[in-house]
Amino acid sequence: MAQIFRPSANLLAKSSIVGGAILVAALGFGLDTLFRSPYNTNVRVARDQPVPFSHKHHVAGIGIDCRYCHTSVEKAAFAGIPPTETCMSCHSQIWSDAPMLEPVRESFRSGKPLQWTRVHDLPQFVYFNHSIHVTKGMGCAVCHGRVDQMPLMYQENTLFMEWCLDCHRQPEKYIRPKDKVFEMGYKPAEDQSVLGARLVQEYKVRKLTDCAVCHR
Amino acid sequence: MTEQYHSATAPVLAPGHNNKSVTEKIAGVVLTQKTPKGWFIVFAITFMVMHAMVFSLGSLVVRGIGLWGINQPVGWGLDIINFVWWIGIGHAGTLISAILLLLRQQWRMSISRFAEAMTIFAVMCAGLYPVFHTGRPWLAYWLLPYPNTMALWPQPRSPLVWDVFAVSTYMTVSIVFWYVGLIPDLGTMRDRAKTMFGKKMYGFFSLGWRGSARHWHVYETASLLLAGLSTPLVVSVHSVVSFDFAAGIIPGWHTTVFPPYFVAGAVFAGFAMVLTLGIPIRKLYGLEDYITDKHLDNMAKVMLTTGLVVVYGYFLEVFFAFYSANEYEIAMAHNRFSGPYSAMYWALILCNFIVPQLLWIHSFRRNTTVLFIVSMFINVGMWLERFVIIPMSLHRDFLPSSWGFYMPTIFDWGAFIGSIGFFTFMMFLFIRGLPMISIFEVRTLIKKPAQGGGH
Repeated sequence: MAQIFRPSANLLAKSSIVGGAILVAALGFGLDTLFRSPYNTNVRVARDQPVPFSHKHHVAGIGIDCRYCHTSVEKAAFAGIPPTETCMSCHSQIWSDAPMLEPVRESFRSGKPLQWTRVHDLPQFVYFNHSIHVTKGMGCAVCHGRVDQMPLMYQENTLFMEWCLDCHRQPEKYIRPKDKVFEMGYKPAEDQSVLGARLVQEYKVRKLTDCAVCHR
Repeated sequence: MTEQYHSATAPVLAPGHNNKSVTEKIAGVVLTQKTPKGWFIVFAITFMVMHAMVFSLGSLVVRGIGLWGINQPVGWGLDIINFVWWIGIGHAGTLISAILLLLRQQWRMSISRFAEAMTIFAVMCAGLYPVFHTGRPWLAYWLLPYPNTMALWPQPRSPLVWDVFAVSTYMTVSIVFWYVGLIPDLGTMRDRAKTMFGKKMYGFFSLGWRGSARHWHVYETASLLLAGLSTPLVVSVHSVVSFDFAAGIIPGWHTTVFPPYFVAGAVFAGFAMVLTLGIPIRKLYGLEDYITDKHLDNMAKVMLTTGLVVVYGYFLEVFFAFYSANEYEIAMAHNRFSGPYSAMYWALILCNFIVPQLLWIHSFRRNTTVLFIVSMFINVGMWLERFVIIPMSLHRDFLPSSWGFYMPTIFDWGAFIGSIGFFTFMMFLFIRGLPMISIFEVRTLIKKPAQGGGH
């Protein structure tokens, strides 16, 4: 009877077992890498905005406090995007005819708000409240990074659930004194392991890790 | 002639066969140009029926789980009923191929291949339902433990997670066992195939089988080891499925009798399905010499035995409801006897308790018509059993203010009926492409000529 397969089929068959295992492992690793890459998370990807607003210039250069624009951060879930009037409180006086700021003036004239591109966009199934975080000693920069060094706004962290849980499971790693919440270049004055444990106790910070805390 | 069948040593292979006739008959079913017309008819019908499932589940993916009748308080409806029903049906194959192999029951040889294929296709059908029950089947991989960006692992205290492992282990072991058992026959098929395509396909999957003494030695070892691996699965898989309910606090679920009662029910349902498909296929291909009256008789006896265990379970459920003096358990029993779904309960008693008692009668156990009708009743009865357990317990729990009613929608029924189509379609595909009876095992059943006088 004629042979159906060539002798090389033996080698192929055996190596395909190893190859299959490698392929599955490589696929898993590849998908994981892709999922965690900036391609998916947008981490450190600056977004196009109607006006190239620089946090670096306004925060580090001029020294404006976060709360000057994000007015509701201490009282509400949403930190707040400033109305055009907030911009115009300065820009009606300075740089009042810079071509770059024309969309701001146009918005002011027409009363139509500027359409900013949202950078930190949590999914709708997650409940998040800014006020509880900043009033319990979580600094802006813990989540948002050094905004005072960002010419254009980008996301510093992945916003993955593992990232949320990292702090919710061990808040003492990130907590800071309440009066340092809005400080950008904050460095703990003493050892964080000592300070963190003390502040967690003092501010009565609980480890909220039940599903329903965020997925209400 | 009939007298001979009465004895315990009645043949499991009709007399007068030799190696050649066995091989030609069984391999000939596949390697023929003359496939019976009945095959084409069933294949065409089941292919169309299968699309009821494709359409129902496809619609669910596009439009969402609201298409199904489930809601509060009945969150588990036809989807979970069908899951448990299909998983149960698979158990006959594992019992036949694992436990009966270890017990050296020769009558298993000519039905094991067929029953194992049923196991695989039944578990395929079963696996679909929990995946679609999640509502977002594309995220079904969340059921598995893998390193993820949510920093979460499946909850190991939940029986639903045990279920994922039980069913996926069951699926894997069943496929491997079935495939390993096929290898010697695939070698035979390769050698007998007439087309180059057939030779290559069977040749590829026979993994270079040459039938040498060394090959047989390795095969026998592997087969025994896999039988040993499968044996606990016969008991464990449906026990774990029963924990899904028994670990809950709903009256009608929270019962210690569930694991043995579910396992017996699974074997009961499995053998009923083997007969439901086996009887027509045996007739269609004229396989009466291989699947003899002895086989039918034995399967009927297994059904009768396991059926009585199941009935004992029904009895205990009612007994404990009243013995417990717990008002919720008693209310559950009354709800079964005379609640809005009571017709389903009494139909269950008819199908699983009254009708199978026919199998006490010797001549009925060898009568294919009676056996087919009884096994049909059992198929329906086992489905009703899960209906009685799942929605009937859920729809009335402790608080009358939270009572509700469950009515399946056309999409529930489409997914169910379509899965029956899919299952039968796959079985017919299998009998067309692979030897449905183990050729090499049946060859060992051939009686050696008496005057051979040893080697």
